[in-house]
Amino acid sequence: MEYILQPWPWFISGPLIALVMFILVYFGKTFGMSSNLETFCAMCRAGKKAKLFNFNWRDQKWNLIVVLGAVIGGFIARFVLSNPIHIDLNPETIEHLQQLGFNNAGKSLLPPEIYSWEYVLSIKGLAILIAGGFLIGFGTRYAGGCTSGHAITGLSSLQLSSLIATISFFIGGLFMVHILFPLIF
Amino acid sequence: MKYLKFLLVGIFFGIVLVKSEAVSWYRIYEMFRFESFHMYGIIGSAVLTGIILLLIAKKLNLKNIEGSIMQAPLKNKGLTRNIVGGTLFGLGWALSGACPGPMYILVGTGVFSILITIVAAIFGTFVYGLLKDKLPH
Repeated sequence: MEYILQPWPWFISGPLIALVMFILVYFGKTFGMSSNLETFCAMCRAGKKAKLFNFNWRDQKWNLIVVLGAVIGGFIARFVLSNPIHIDLNPETIEHLQQLGFNNAGKSLLPPEIYSWEYVLSIKGLAILIAGGFLIGFGTRYAGGCTSGHAITGLSSLQLSSLIATISFFIGGLFMVHILFPLIF
Repeated sequence: MKYLKFLLVGIFFGIVLVKSEAVSWYRIYEMFRFESFHMYGIIGSAVLTGIILLLIAKKLNLKNIEGSIMQAPLKNKGLTRNIVGGTLFGLGWALSGACPGPMYILVGTGVFSILITIVAAIFGTFVYGLLKDKLPH
């Protein structure tokens, strides 16, 4: 039990994620989390405005159930299967974060300097969450996949377009962290 | 009942992503600074295992539960969409510290402010849907 309560090493977690992908392919479906964003649009009758959402969302119910499960899984992992959170970050990372004004690095899953209500309810804090979310939604559907669809499923099936997409994910991420973070925070 | 298996897969996925710390903003930041192997190990070993599993399925001619050949869906090949869309997602991934799976999982861990990110992501998808025919792919 103690092994389960501690953080899991990468060489356990990575193969288990691949197993999730494989099981969904075995069920005749696919591992693609960002597709749900289109399903939510279809549920809100956005099909009247754009043909991308003009499909029967009930056909995608299975994927919404995966999302529901993921929320429950997050709850179980956090409140039943975890010791108090202490993320073992590189000391250099912690130092860089302090320079940017993040003083609680690794003491929770997400930085309170972005996700606590005190910051969320400021103009800047709200703008950060909305900008991040917008880029995720617009970008993943433009690219036709996210970390699960392109990086895990697409690379596992040796598709060149997924390699290009995954490299682009990193170009965007590196630009954000190295160039934009010092300007934003 | 036919949806129960998907619920269980989702629960398993959520647990693995929290326990691996892949849902942590800090781990994503550390990854983009190249200061830890952790996230590269997770993604790398996931892809390697995925390649092996799909190759085995192909060699053994395994069928899915619907009786057709097991294979991952083909992705769209457009260069522009993968580069531009991918880069935009990367910007959002690093800023939010979450991708479209973890943002739901994090709701379960009690971070309700991420619901704002989710609503914004749905809105971003909607705007893409409006502009789709005008954008180069």
